[in-house]
Parts: sequence; C-alpha cells; structure tokens
Amino acid sequence: MFEGKFVVALGERDGVPGLTMAEVLRAAGAEVVSQVTECFV
Amino acid sequence: MSNPVIKAFAYLLVHTPEFIRYGSKPWREMQHRPDLDQTLSNHQRSFEEAVRYPPNQVFLGNLHPEDLSGWPLPWWKNPVPEAAAEGAYGHFVDQELFYGYLKASDHFDLVWLTPEFTKRIGRRLQGHALFMQDDLHRLGEGKPIDDIRQAIDTGGSLPLFHRGECIGSFQRHHEEDESLQARILMENLMTKASGALVVRDLLQRSGLKQSDPEYLISCSEEAVGDRYNRGGGSMAKAVGEMCSLLNASGSDIKAFCAGPIYALVHGAALVKAGVHESVIVFGGGCLAKLGMKFEGHLKHDMPILEDVLGGIAFLITPDDGQSPIIRLDCLGKHAIGDGSSQQEIMTSLVARPLEKMGLGLTAVDKIATELHNPEVTVPQGSGNVPLNNYRLMAALAVLRGEIERTGIDDFVEQKGMPGFCPTQGHVPSAVPYLGHAAEAMRQGRIKNVLFVGKGSLFLGRMSQLSDGMSFIMQKNPALPE
Amino acid sequence: MDAENQTNIMRLAEKYGREQLIVILGAADVEGAEISAETLISGDPSFAGPLAGVQLGLQVYHILEPELKQYIPEDVYQEKLGIFEIAVDTQQIGESLARLRQQ
Repeated sequence: MFEGKFVVALGERDGVPGLTMAEVLRAAGAEVVSQVTECFV
Repeated sequence: MSNPVIKAFAYLLVHTPEFIRYGSKPWREMQHRPDLDQTLSNHQRSFEEAVRYPPNQVFLGNLHPEDLSGWPLPWWKNPVPEAAAEGAYGHFVDQELFYGYLKASDHFDLVWLTPEFTKRIGRRLQGHALFMQDDLHRLGEGKPIDDIRQAIDTGGSLPLFHRGECIGSFQRHHEEDESLQARILMENLMTKASGALVVRDLLQRSGLKQSDPEYLISCSEEAVGDRYNRGGGSMAKAVGEMCSLLNASGSDIKAFCAGPIYALVHGAALVKAGVHESVIVFGGGCLAKLGMKFEGHLKHDMPILEDVLGGIAFLITPDDGQSPIIRLDCLGKHAIGDGSSQQEIMTSLVARPLEKMGLGLTAVDKIATELHNPEVTVPQGSGNVPLNNYRLMAALAVLRGEIERTGIDDFVEQKGMPGFCPTQGHVPSAVPYLGHAAEAMRQGRIKNVLFVGKGSLFLGRMSQLSDGMSFIMQKNPALPE
Repeated sequence: MDAENQTNIMRLAEKYGREQLIVILGAADVEGAEISAETLISGDPSFAGPLAGVQLGLQVYHILEPELKQYIPEDVYQEKLGIFEIAVDTQQIGESLARLRQQ
C-alpha cells in the first residue's frame, strides 16, 4: 500500500498523536514526509 | 512532614459576549469576512441565558456533574429553572460589571470608557460583593467619546462594546512593540481582572486576612511581557496587588493546559517543605479562546456558547485536619522519555500514581480529566474530549486485566463524568471537579480522586512531545470513616 | 483541520503529486475523522480554510482502519495502538472512511 508513496501523518492529541503514527507507519514500511499533532481545545 | 491541603476553592464565570470578536478564531476570520461581526452579534446569549445554562451552573457549584448525566439535551435549550448567578462555589459576573473591574485593574490607562458608562458601572461596582475601595479610585471619570473615537481611528486602539454600542476603547502602549499592542494587552488585562476577582472571592470564602497569603502562583494562559521578553510574567504578582495581598509575592507557571495541575503541585510542595504557610494557585480567564468553535455553533443555529471567561482559585495550607490532602508522594508525570502513544501517556498519568498508592484504576473513586463541555466541541467536530479520555482509561484498565471489555461503559460512568467546563484551555483541565470533590469528601461520599491534566506542548513549536501531570486528592485522614 | 495543516498538505501534494501522497489520520473519533477526510478529498466543508472549494482528491485513511492493520507489525500495533481497538469502534472508522474514499 505504501510502495512508492509519501505519507503524511495527521495526529490528534486525544486520538493517536503524530509521533506515534509516524513510528507505526515507518514500521509498516511507509516513507513519512510530515507528521503533526492537532489539538482542538 | 504532613500533607498539604486544599483549604478553600473558588470558581468564576464572566459573561463577555461582546469580546467574542476579539477571540483568536473570530478575530482571524473577521479579517476576511467583514459580515461576521454582525453574525456573531446575532448569535449572542443574554447574561440570563448564560446563567441558566446547565453546565455553567455545574461549574459554579449549584449543580453537580452527575446532574448533567440525566439532563435533557440539548442543554442550551433546557435551562436550569430559577438559576442563580451566585453559585455555591463562585460568582457569575455580567459584562457591564466586568468592564468596571477591567478598568479597575488598569494601571496604565489602557482602558478608556465614556463618562456616562463609567458613572453607571461605578455605581454597580460599589454594590458588588467583590468590590474593593481602590477600584473606584482607578475607575476615574471616563474619557470623552471624541478622544475614544480618535484613538480607534488613528491610534491603534480597539473599540469596546456593550449592548451593541461603542462605550470605550482599549489602547496599545507602544507603536512598534508587538507585545504591547492593544489586543495582546487586552488579553493580559482580562486575565488579570478575572484572576483578581476569583482570588478576591477565594479570600472571602477562606476567611483569610489580607496579610496571610504568602505566595501566589498563576497558571493562566497569557504572555505578559514586552519586546525584549515576551512572556516575562508575573501575572501572579499583578493579581496579588489587585487583592492587596501585601505580604505575598508570586510567579507564573506555564505548562499549556496542564498548568493548573503543575501549579497545584508546585504550590503544595512549597507548603509541604515549610517554605510558605499559605499559597494561592489561580487561573484567570482566556480571551483568546472566546468563540473558538463559533463555526460549529453557527452551522447548527446555536448561540455562541464560548461567551464566558472562566476563573479558578485554590488555597493550599498545611494540614488542618479536615480539608482534603494532596498526595505529593503519588504524583503522575509524563517524562520526556515516556513515549507519545496513548498507552504510554495513560500509564504515566493514570496507572502509575495509583500504583504508588497500591491501587488499581478501579479502586479510585473518581478520575477528573479534561472536562470540556461537549456541547461546545461536538458541533465543530472536535469530539467529546472527556468521554474520549475516559474510554482510553477504561481501555487501559482492560489491558491491565482490571476489568473486562464489557465493563468499559460502567467504568466510564462510575469513574468519569460529563464535561461541563467552558473551553478556556487551562480552566477545564481536571480542576473544575476539585470543588465538587472537596465537598463530597467532607460529606464522606468519596475518599480519593485522581486529577489528570494534559498539555499540548507541540502547539508552541518547540517540542513535539505530549505532556501531562496528575495527582491524587484524598479525604483528610483525620475525618471519621 | 487547522488552516496551517491544510496549507502544508497542499504544498506536499504539489511537491510529491496528489497520486503519490497518502494522508493518514489519527482523529479521536469517527466524526473528527470524517471532517478531516472530507476536507482532504472534496474540500473544507466549513468553507473556511485554504482547502475551501479545493478538491484535492487525496487518498485518506485512518491509522486505526482494519485495512491498514495488515501492514503494521503485530507487536508494534499492539504496543502503540492496541488500546484503541478496545476504546473505539475501529470497524466503524474503517467503514466510514471507505465510504468517503469511494465518492
């Protein structure tokens, strides 16, 4: 799924934070080009 | 060394519908949507409506969080009958009166109000429970409307409104310094004025003499400073001065939304170490957060619910044999190396402090977390923050083998509570439940509560890290079982 | 979705090409995920952000979708995301996002 693709991780503080998503996605073989964590409150 | 206690607490709401335009989100949107100002005005609540709003009554202690569970939805359409602006835990101040306190907090002639308006609010101030004599002196006589208009047109000042009418202006205090522009100074002064009100209330409730408090800690959300030091502080000392606490000094603690928890821990540590015998921890309101979710409210044809500033204040003293104790030996912290996954965050902030007490997640009576009112956040798609957090805690309990998956809903209901706090950033971070918990402990209904605050450090662009802190408050052991 | 993040994703879509970019969401609940996904596929539904009226048509997934799970090593998944399988309905998130992707 991630073959030849570039991945953006859009995390959320009370959901899955961006740093965690990046770790997980890299373990899945994805090239993560950007990660952020949003906080809506 | 004995445990420090929370000897008194006070909460505050200030209705400021005509400051919504100066909230961060509305202000930015208005720059390219000039019609928005009128739209926002058309969706304002009256003071009476804000008072009768059930979550606001919970915040001020006239209702308890449990009362909201069965309250008919939507809350904004189901007001509390005969609701009082005076709460068991604090005051609800209307906008007109607040203008008086805002001017009274002004030591630099930042706030100009017309003579007629000044006279009117002067009369009201003198009759108010939180009035101090010096307030009248600083109110002054007012400024002519022509001077006000000129300042707005050419002087970088911002208009101040009441009931749709321009009744004054807020001045900048430097032509070039970004930190001393009108909007920043307005933000800071609103925090100061609301912080002073809630601390004055705390003093009245605690029966302390003005000479008693030794230290104040502000955990507010503002940055007081100038071009050479944008976040210098000290809001604490400014508020202490407004309350004539002549023997006190103070400083500010900044930890994003987790500020109140950090401040309470620091304050408690000062007391436990014998450095001070009475420490006041307070948070004034946050102008920037007004109207943050306005789009969601407009979309659903709701009034703008983020029309109030919130204030919190707590008095920490040595053990008095009756007030709830803060267990400094059972703190939860999210260390730098702790990892950002929810498992790791919840383990650090929830499981570990309870473990230190020899308890599991199921053994604590209540957990207070981010208590944002979901009626404010859900229409904007921001979710039900307390519920999301409670479900994660319940899931952690499942992972740790303390409950079954089928027990998640029960866990959430028993340990959690509906959110009821205005989305004022630091204010909703667990501590709105502190007063309710203290009352329940004195009445023998509960024994221990875990307060968990989270902070979004990544918003400041200096660190990607998550953050948080937690502590356990416990019924005083000297009270009968 | 934060305006700054919308702008950043637009820039990345331009840099890497829309077909090559995948956005993975970490929203706490389904509704939040749907709004973000809609923003990235067919434009900001609030018509307020940089992606208002801009149909990027990006591929969007949620990190907790069952469809993604197969790519993530089991031990990593359990350690970092396992708590969510218990706390939220990951099936519902997957179905919701799949529906949006088909539009």
